[in-house]
Amino acid sequence: MGSWLDYTINGLIIGNIYALVAVGLALIFGVSNLINFAQGSVYAVGAYIGWTCFTYLHTPLAVTALIVVVACAGLGVAIERIGLRPLAGAARIAPLLATIGISLVLDQLLQIVFTPDPRALTSPLPNWRISVGGGTIGALDLLIAATGIVSAAVLYGFLRFTKLGWAVRATAQDRDAARQMGVNTDAVNMTVFAIASALGGLSGLLVGMYFNHIDPAMGFQATLKGVVAQVIGGMGNVPGAIFGSLLLGLTESYGVAIFGSSYRNLFSFALLLLILVLRPNGLFASARSTPPEPMTGSFVTPNRPVRVPRWAIVAAVVIAAAVPLIPAIPYVLQVLTNAWLFAMLAISLTLVAGTLGQISLGHASLLLIGAYASALFALDSHWPVWASIPAAGIVTALLGTALIAPSFRLRSHYVSIATLGIGEIVGLVILNWESLTRGPMGVTNIPPLQVGNIELDNPRAAYWITLGILVLLAMMQTRLLRSHLGRIFRAIRDDDVAARAHGISLGRYKAIAFAFGGFAAGISGGIAAHQYSYINNETFTSTVSISALTMVILGGMGNVLGAILGAVALTALPEMFRGTAEYRMLIYGVALLLLVRFRPQGILGTT
Amino acid sequence: MTDLLECRAVTRRFGGVIAVKPIDLTLREGEFLSIIGPNGAGKTTLFNLISGHDVPDDGTIVLEGVAIAGRAPERIAAMGLARTFQHGRVFANMSVRDNILVGAHHRLRAVKPRLPGLGALAELAMALIRPPAVAAEEAALNHEVLEIAALFGDRLTPRLDQPAHSLSYANRRRVEIARALALRPRLLLLDEPTAGMNETETAEMQSIIGGLKARGQTILLIEHKLDLVMRLSDRVIAMDDGAKIAEGPPHTVRQSPAVIEAYLGHRAMGEAAL
Ligand SMILES: Nc1ncnc2c1ncn2[C@@H]1O[C@H](COP(=O)(O)OP(=O)(O)OP(=O)(O)O)[C@@H](O)[C@H]1O
Ligand SMILES: [Mg+2]
Repeated sequence: MGSWLDYTINGLIIGNIYALVAVGLALIFGVSNLINFAQGSVYAVGAYIGWTCFTYLHTPLAVTALIVVVACAGLGVAIERIGLRPLAGAARIAPLLATIGISLVLDQLLQIVFTPDPRALTSPLPNWRISVGGGTIGALDLLIAATGIVSAAVLYGFLRFTKLGWAVRATAQDRDAARQMGVNTDAVNMTVFAIASALGGLSGLLVGMYFNHIDPAMGFQATLKGVVAQVIGGMGNVPGAIFGSLLLGLTESYGVAIFGSSYRNLFSFALLLLILVLRPNGLFASARSTPPEPMTGSFVTPNRPVRVPRWAIVAAVVIAAAVPLIPAIPYVLQVLTNAWLFAMLAISLTLVAGTLGQISLGHASLLLIGAYASALFALDSHWPVWASIPAAGIVTALLGTALIAPSFRLRSHYVSIATLGIGEIVGLVILNWESLTRGPMGVTNIPPLQVGNIELDNPRAAYWITLGILVLLAMMQTRLLRSHLGRIFRAIRDDDVAARAHGISLGRYKAIAFAFGGFAAGISGGIAAHQYSYINNETFTSTVSISALTMVILGGMGNVLGAILGAVALTALPEMFRGTAEYRMLIYGVALLLLVRFRPQGILGTT
Repeated sequence: MTDLLECRAVTRRFGGVIAVKPIDLTLREGEFLSIIGPNGAGKTTLFNLISGHDVPDDGTIVLEGVAIAGRAPERIAAMGLARTFQHGRVFANMSVRDNILVGAHHRLRAVKPRLPGLGALAELAMALIRPPAVAAEEAALNHEVLEIAALFGDRLTPRLDQPAHSLSYANRRRVEIARALALRPRLLLLDEPTAGMNETETAEMQSIIGGLKARGQTILLIEHKLDLVMRLSDRVIAMDDGAKIAEGPPHTVRQSPAVIEAYLGHRAMGEAAL
């Protein structure tokens, strides 16, 4: 029984930490309808600032915490200035994409400055523990609990009793009305970002001390957890976020107690999807909410897409096909082959995110499904590779669509959250379903590409096959876009309410688009598995999803040719200039930021 | 004549506000019925209930003998009900042609083979293969788009390939009506089709809607411009504060004391309309 108490205390402590992140997210969502994907990065920055203070300045905890709070508040103000304010008139999803860009930049800077290796953030607090009932509580636990309670009280006092707090609440309730009444909404946004980031940074410091472990990747997980907590409590609902965080902490803690620690995240994301499907407005929203405002989550700017003449496309394909004939270094072929694989993922994503307007943040999970499907068909069912890859495409189409289908009725930001959650779930299921996937060991000795008995593991053959399949998929997709389906997908993107009013059933057509996109992504994953010969659950992570999204935006949302161009540009260019490879994600982050701000229609234009 | 649409005691509450108080409404085949009433009277909410975009808290709505309250809008559309939206909802990034073609969605046949369970897959295959029957169907629909666009004089025809976002406000409203017509509706719901139009444009729209009526199109119209309502309607319903306050021939309703009072109660509107 004693250990149950321990698990409860542990769950509440973790929940408390999540709350510090989630409250910030809720405040920001409340006033600006933005999911701040940089929140977790600020949290990581907070942890590293704390580490630096402890290690180099030897400051006491109170001073360190103060430095973290002030520095992170400043960072928050900067994020608002870069990520939100300049995008006032842009698509509603634009600030969200900008904060993803900022988050990539911050995470990468941490990695560059502090190296990717984890570090110990040792708590300077005394090491005693008191026993309560059958469990124990330490000084750090008490500090975390106190921080949570004090922060909540200060926040409550601020919102309730100060003029600025009143302005924040007014803005959250009705932004336009608040502005008409003379509320300076820019100042409100800045305040909210400062508070949110200060809390986030503080949370990072506490978490680092709690686990005695910090690493540059910790931010992303924190954002995810904060978002989950917020969805549970209802987006933008501050008390809801606190409740959601505690519930999430407890769920995870008990889940770990019963099933083991590798299930921790699986529980959070399963909870996320459950809430999204059953009560998308959170546990506290009224059961029957009013129909949502006309608002699409698409990121399509009115523009005239560049018309690329047919001969130019043919010429480009011919040149691409001729590359292996030049006595080039195999390295170039390898990079380009990789670019073609990414291009398959990108055309898949551009269909879903661009043409259909459902911004997926978990597209890399389709690669994982495809890779595992093809590898396991080949290894366990002894299928020839030429059969296992198309089969993987079909499996990915079906499984990917089935996974996303319960979320078809979600819109805008919620689609992005759901796909993010599904993406994480796929990786975690692969990690935990050992009997099928070999678990954390990964799949080794995957046979190389081969047709009949001819092994095609020389770089040239692999290049041609990949390019050929890409061209085929791109042609199919172009044909699809010219059919009535292309029209229907775009109608759903531009205005799903009007689309339904003309007899278009959203579920059916979203399923068709996701299935078609899933097929291309699954093929890409399948080919990759045979080329890499080893895969595990981390071969394609959420970073790949974000990279693909950057490529798609770079090329122009919905634009097949653009997606390929974007994939080549962002895969090959960083490789070509040696030395920039380690800055790749930093480049992606900056590219994403600049694109969203200055050229939302990408290179070739949205279609 | 049979009733095409029959609403009985339809009610919709939003929190404390009763946007539509139990209301009855019938519409016969070929009839032209207008709903008038000051801002916030509940006209659009009633439209939303009929078209399936919102679900009534109470009451029944029967379209051609089928109870439709609570049905999904796409299913109601497939039964032959088309609507336009008060604030305009064209597909901004699509060409005028594609906008109108979307209206014809539920009439697609060749491209949607009836295969139980595999319909979506078959539709995808048809779209990719594009057999002659599918191509012919698209060609026929494209031809029909020209005919529908021609109803609007030379307003839309020269702009068929322009994206809808590049059109003027009035043209976007026309596109929306054209899109609704492409559904070949048994019942057409128009929500303030002349909002934001100047006098010439309004007169033009009046003659277009008059033309539809002359073709025998059943129409349910919401409109603030009473002149147009008086000229076109067979019957008028006046609403205020969610309730029906008058019903009958246009001129009777216009002169009804309740209606005059409702409009005077909302002064600004009254001056504009009466
Ligand atoms: N989704 C909603 N949530 C809450 N209240 C609503 C909603 N939709 C409409 N209402 C309220 O219902 C009432 C009726 O609104 P409705 O739009 O139907 O009026 P209307 O007659 O169409 O007015 P107008 O002539 O201005 O278009 C109004 O008080 C409005 O505020
Ligand atoms: Mg209205």
